[in-house]
Amino acid sequence: MPNFITSYLGSKVTPGEAGNQFWALIYVFIIFAGVALTVMWLLNWVERKALAHFQIRLGPMRTGPHGLLQPFADALKLILKEDIIPAQADQFVFWVAPMIGLLASFTVYTVIPFGPSQAVSDMNIGILFMLGVSSLGVLGIVVAGWASNSHYPLIGALRSSAQMVSYEVAMGLAVVSAILMTSMNASGTGTLSMLGIVRAQQQQGIWFIFKFFPLGFIAFAIFAIAMVAETNRTPFDLAEAESELTAGYHTEYSGLRWSLFMLAEYAAMIAVSSIAVALWLGGWMHPFPNLLSSPAWEFIFSLCPGLTFVGLAAIAFIGAARMPSYSFFRIQRLGLAVFAAVLGFVALLLLVIAVAGRSGDTSLAARFREGIDYVYWFLLKVAVFIYLFIWYRATWPRYRFDQLMRIGWKVMLPISLGVLMLTAIVGVIVS
Amino acid sequence: MSDRKNDSTNDLSTHSLSNLDLETPEKPYLDSNELIINMGPQHPATHGVLRVILKLDGEKVLGTECVIGYLHRGVEKIGENRTYAMFNPYVDRMDYCAAVSNGLGYCEAVEKLMNVEAPPRAQYIRVILTELNRIASHQLWLGTHALDIGAMTPLFYTFRDREEILKIFERYCGARLTTHAFRIGGCQYETYAGFEKDVKNFLTFFAPKIDEYEALLTTNRIWLERTKNVGVISGPDCIALGVTGPVLRASGVKWDVRKAQPYANYSKFDFEIPVGTNGDTYDRYLVRMQEMRQSMRIVEQAVNGIPEGPIMGKVPKVIKPPVGEIYHSIEAPKGELGYFIVSDGSTQPYRLRVRPPSFVNLQALDLMVRGALVADVVAVIGTFDIVLGEVDR
Repeated sequence: MPNFITSYLGSKVTPGEAGNQFWALIYVFIIFAGVALTVMWLLNWVERKALAHFQIRLGPMRTGPHGLLQPFADALKLILKEDIIPAQADQFVFWVAPMIGLLASFTVYTVIPFGPSQAVSDMNIGILFMLGVSSLGVLGIVVAGWASNSHYPLIGALRSSAQMVSYEVAMGLAVVSAILMTSMNASGTGTLSMLGIVRAQQQQGIWFIFKFFPLGFIAFAIFAIAMVAETNRTPFDLAEAESELTAGYHTEYSGLRWSLFMLAEYAAMIAVSSIAVALWLGGWMHPFPNLLSSPAWEFIFSLCPGLTFVGLAAIAFIGAARMPSYSFFRIQRLGLAVFAAVLGFVALLLLVIAVAGRSGDTSLAARFREGIDYVYWFLLKVAVFIYLFIWYRATWPRYRFDQLMRIGWKVMLPISLGVLMLTAIVGVIVS
Repeated sequence: MSDRKNDSTNDLSTHSLSNLDLETPEKPYLDSNELIINMGPQHPATHGVLRVILKLDGEKVLGTECVIGYLHRGVEKIGENRTYAMFNPYVDRMDYCAAVSNGLGYCEAVEKLMNVEAPPRAQYIRVILTELNRIASHQLWLGTHALDIGAMTPLFYTFRDREEILKIFERYCGARLTTHAFRIGGCQYETYAGFEKDVKNFLTFFAPKIDEYEALLTTNRIWLERTKNVGVISGPDCIALGVTGPVLRASGVKWDVRKAQPYANYSKFDFEIPVGTNGDTYDRYLVRMQEMRQSMRIVEQAVNGIPEGPIMGKVPKVIKPPVGEIYHSIEAPKGELGYFIVSDGSTQPYRLRVRPPSFVNLQALDLMVRGALVADVVAVIGTFDIVLGEVDR
């Protein structure tokens, strides 16, 4: 095998750091494909199912067992739909707008630290890059609203631009207070690198959400609120407020172009959740990484991914067993059983890797085990946020535009400024 | 592109709309031209086919103009060409969310014109079904109103519970929505076996459900912010515009036809009229929630005290009221529902006019949303609880 493929395999840094463009590209492909599939299939299905169960409905049930194939059917429908560009619209801008949003929310993934070496690159200004690129997403929305040359999209676009700009300020300040905390080490130098921020939490032995309690928690809470506004989700979904603006900025969009907006929105949800996880919830680390670091605990934690899949497989098996016995459901039952078997196989594989990689630190299995662990804990934390997003949507009404701006500028901005200053003062006193 | 935008604006503004010929405010909310925007007739939040033309300054509403008639079916004219009994099912199609109330108002109006009275048992059945229908109508209002304000979930909860009422209707007369439950002179159907048990079961089932709705909304911060001091209307303004029903009562005017001019035995029941103070959207919400509880009280009293006896009064086979005219109104879920019938002594009304509460209440829209934001328009349309079938007739 060529040298540029094999040389990276033993490395413990990201491909970006190692300067290996081949592996960086592979990582990009893996992450993008993973995110696209997660968003298109898993997130779509989970949101619809969870929302349905919040609302005493069943959600999709017919296309595939328990509607598991519904997202694919929908994607197919969207792709096959007629591609409509309104006659009055600005054709080129209308065409390019969804791409901008999609590009912005996917570019962010290049610096998300799924693990110490499970990231495309360890950019030294990672968090700045992330905030900058993710805020480009608003451009897509504004441009889409403008290019539609229609009233509702225009209002939706104006709302969303005002909203995103004002929440970015509070968000940025909350991020700065987390960055300040990274400098609480012996050398007194902080870092903007996403991996560096997670490592700082490891070195200081505390997730930043608990650091200088309650300062870290308040900063985290502000970020958690601002990120909902940033991604245009309920209760801040004014840009696409269905009952007011029919569909807001994407009123005139349909088919594939519309689905690109949705893809961008959901990808952005995962992206901002990842920032929150990396900055405040210890990124890829399992709970209590310093306290419970003995080999026994490491082994127990490394079993978690496998056990999660065992649980999922069990749920799928129970679902298959509980299917009604009409002949109509025979194929569905079979499908669900096969799906459960696949999940079970993955679980088995993960457990085997966890057991095999237990002893040494150098074997391939051990390296796999480590990587799986990191990614698992990171994604688990992200999943909690995604669930919260869905929960918010099921529970809350929508804010009005002026109330949204008032909260952004008059409540969140002063609090985040205060937290920032207090963090700095406490930091100086402590060090 | 901006040229095209201006063109489309001009098209709409040549509509010559009385309400929209307003002076521009001294301090514009945003330094921009006014935007004239069509909300409806196809819009998710206009509860059917209401078209509201909004004149906006940024997000601020400078004026509104309601365009109605998209659901006009000429119900009143049909009434002149049908016999009294034949017209009875038509009234169900006006406010299709509260068909029982419509039928009650019409039957009572004709009965009053003919000077007959329904027997007590029929009166009790009427009260039970009408009050159940009031609850169903308020549930529908709550779900859609909350959906307008962005809360998706209450809709499904209210529809789940409304189903129980519709089941009772279905068992009683075979229809769920357009029930045609009553006849002139009483009721056509005797209650089915287990009717009283069903109603009582519903009461015990529904009492905790109202608390569930209230837990979702009443103290919800976002709900409070979206409804408090939104769409405020004073009591005198309500009276001047002829606004009735929960909207009037939320403004502090204690007017309920059930108490003021009791009909259908309502004087025998013990219930209260919930009244608001501020006349804002939140008060209207509270008033309707209270009304549901009061309706439950009425239903409970009625179902416990339902007398035995005939269900049909002495009404001739061919209904021919004497020459004369009558106005009779009842308290429908949405307000005062009145029927004005002129009889020339024939089998068909000479003239029939309906005073639909939604139509009259809708007049207050412009007053309530002027100066508010676009989102408030949606909230206010929801708080009226309008049904376009009734507005357009």
